[in-house]
Amino acid sequence: MTALADGRAGELEAHFDETIARDRRIEPRDWMPDHYRATMIRQIAQHAHSEIIGMQPEGNWITRAPSLRRKAVLIAKVQDEAGHGMYLYSAAETLGADRADLTAKLVSGRQKYSSIFNYPTLTYADVGVIGWLVDGAAICNQVPLCRSSYGPYARAMVRICKEESFHQRQGYELLMTMMRGSEAQRAMVQDATNRFWWPSLMMFGPPDDQSPNTAQSMAWGIKRHTNDELRQRFVDMTVPQAGKLGVTLPDPDLTWNSERGHYDFGAVDWAEFTAVLKGNGPCNAQRVAQRKAAHDDGAWVREAAAARAAKQAARDRAAREQDTREQDTA
Amino acid sequence: MDDAPVRSEWPLYEVFLRGKRGLNHVHVGSLHAADPQMALHHARDLYTRRNEGVSIWVVAAADITASSPDEKDPFFAPSGDKVYRHPTFYEIPDDVPHM
Amino acid sequence: MTDDEFTAYRALADETGDHRWAFGTGFTDPLEGIGTSVPDGVSAAALAAYCLMLGDDALIYSHRLQQWMTRLPELEEETAIANIALDLLGQARMLLARGGRAEGAGRGEDQLAFFRPEHEFRNVRLAEHADADFAQLAGRLLIFSTWRLALFTRLQDSADPVLAAIAAKGAKELAYHRDYAAQWVVRLGDGTELSRTRMQAALVTLWPLVDELFRTDAVAGDLPGVAADPAGLRAEFDSVLAAVLAAATLDRPGTAPMAQVAGKSGRDGVHTEAFGYVLAELQSVARADPDATW
Repeated sequence: MTALADGRAGELEAHFDETIARDRRIEPRDWMPDHYRATMIRQIAQHAHSEIIGMQPEGNWITRAPSLRRKAVLIAKVQDEAGHGMYLYSAAETLGADRADLTAKLVSGRQKYSSIFNYPTLTYADVGVIGWLVDGAAICNQVPLCRSSYGPYARAMVRICKEESFHQRQGYELLMTMMRGSEAQRAMVQDATNRFWWPSLMMFGPPDDQSPNTAQSMAWGIKRHTNDELRQRFVDMTVPQAGKLGVTLPDPDLTWNSERGHYDFGAVDWAEFTAVLKGNGPCNAQRVAQRKAAHDDGAWVREAAAARAAKQAARDRAAREQDTREQDTA
Repeated sequence: MDDAPVRSEWPLYEVFLRGKRGLNHVHVGSLHAADPQMALHHARDLYTRRNEGVSIWVVAAADITASSPDEKDPFFAPSGDKVYRHPTFYEIPDDVPHM
Repeated sequence: MTDDEFTAYRALADETGDHRWAFGTGFTDPLEGIGTSVPDGVSAAALAAYCLMLGDDALIYSHRLQQWMTRLPELEEETAIANIALDLLGQARMLLARGGRAEGAGRGEDQLAFFRPEHEFRNVRLAEHADADFAQLAGRLLIFSTWRLALFTRLQDSADPVLAAIAAKGAKELAYHRDYAAQWVVRLGDGTELSRTRMQAALVTLWPLVDELFRTDAVAGDLPGVAADPAGLRAEFDSVLAAVLAAATLDRPGTAPMAQVAGKSGRDGVHTEAFGYVLAELQSVARADPDATW
């Protein structure tokens, strides 16, 4: 792009800025600033990685699901996450990225995924709480992305949000069923809520005054709300749901503030957030190792399929040439 | 500095679905597959989730020729008629649901 | 739960438009409108046992496929294997429910899946085999789905209308599973040197478990017109396998059948060592708190 005359570059940039200003979508073949392209690839890839790594904590319970109906629901959910990951990798590929390259960056730790998946799932109630809180937080984050300035990402997000809402409902429904069950089950739900509440709040990212990229991302329509705005919306949505469920959220400072019209809540432990982000969470190493093992162990299979396709294409070509020769001589 | 980018072993296919009779096939996304048969299987699994009676087309992305009225990007000028990794190049009005 | 609790995204959730995208969320009941009483002249006990054995095959094989999830060679295979595991789980649920109903002792699908001991499971030993690699997955799926499709094709005409309906739905699914598996066996067999070696080795490993699939069993014998004779499925199985192996440039293994134990094997409740671990995993949460509701 550096070889371009300044005038031409300025014209392209003006067109791009105008498209964003009019709230129109940027499409793959449009000119876009290099930094917009790179930011978008990083954001979409991180989101795709989160879906794929996110299969693991719940996948952990598929073979042990305590009823066949729950098992079917959980398989379908984990399968949806694979699908979401693929929709998103597709969107990133429209920007010139390659899924294999993004996967290599994930397994070598050069690209991140949502830190929430570095927490362990310890009981079956975690499956429900992940649906309720983690998918609930994801929805708050993702619904605004359906209006992302980048067309393929926005379209992928519409489909993903729709399925995520099923996920949240199934999680909440599992928890309601468990709360009507045995004493041990109610204790299990409360315990899972205690473990996942704060990590869910961390899913919205650092506080606004410590989030350096937010301003540019908002100007480009990559992000539509700040981290703190979304966090507040999630808390406001979730408190009444916890009440209906009959669980206590583990925050003594959680109170309704009628002046603000929002719930006040306690301070998030950002030291823990940073530790997990840096790779020191309970499951960071395990999650990446499993993804890497699946990818590495599958290499011979992918190569075999590619080799067979190449052989078959060569045979088809030879057969066509043979046909042509026969027609010519006929 | 990153290493040289890794490339996927399997090429990209674009997927078009007809959700029910009377509708056009519509582009829904892309996937990776080693061959067209695998692409069809994968398209069914990924984009229709076991639904029978849906008509699916798959096309190797490299085989699509396209034009784009609003094309402004010299980045693609050398291969301007190729969709090159652009599964969703169709302009669809914003008020169409679920696109 | 009311919609009001989900205002943030209610609009999205409401415009489901499933007709447009056909997400696999809505399952229609294939048994809707079909009478559930045991037909006259059919032994209820034999019908119950037969449905349980076919249900156990699907339940246990589905479990082994579930263990593959998040470990497959490519993301597209994740959705494919999840679909197959879900289809088989669906078949298991219908068959166990039918078996429980015919038995008449009040046992439902979950009671049967989670609270029976090892020796009461009647699945063939092939279903409980743990795949060592993707070649074994593909080979086992080809063997299992070819055999089961031949069986379900015949059961579509069963004198038990419930079994016939389950088979009609299942046959469509199994045809897809068989196609998926056959394509992979061909890709691996006719792929690279390495994949060919592994695919051939997988077939050699699996072949001893094939014979059991076609062994005549007493339960099927007690259900004329309802069940299919396993021995009668062999010709179809052999011809499909021959075609796939030829396309894959693979040899039909000559490995001898795995011997029985005092004349008994999977259909008699005598399983491999691996099966205890399958049940330990499958049943652990359900058994930890039998009073729980899920």
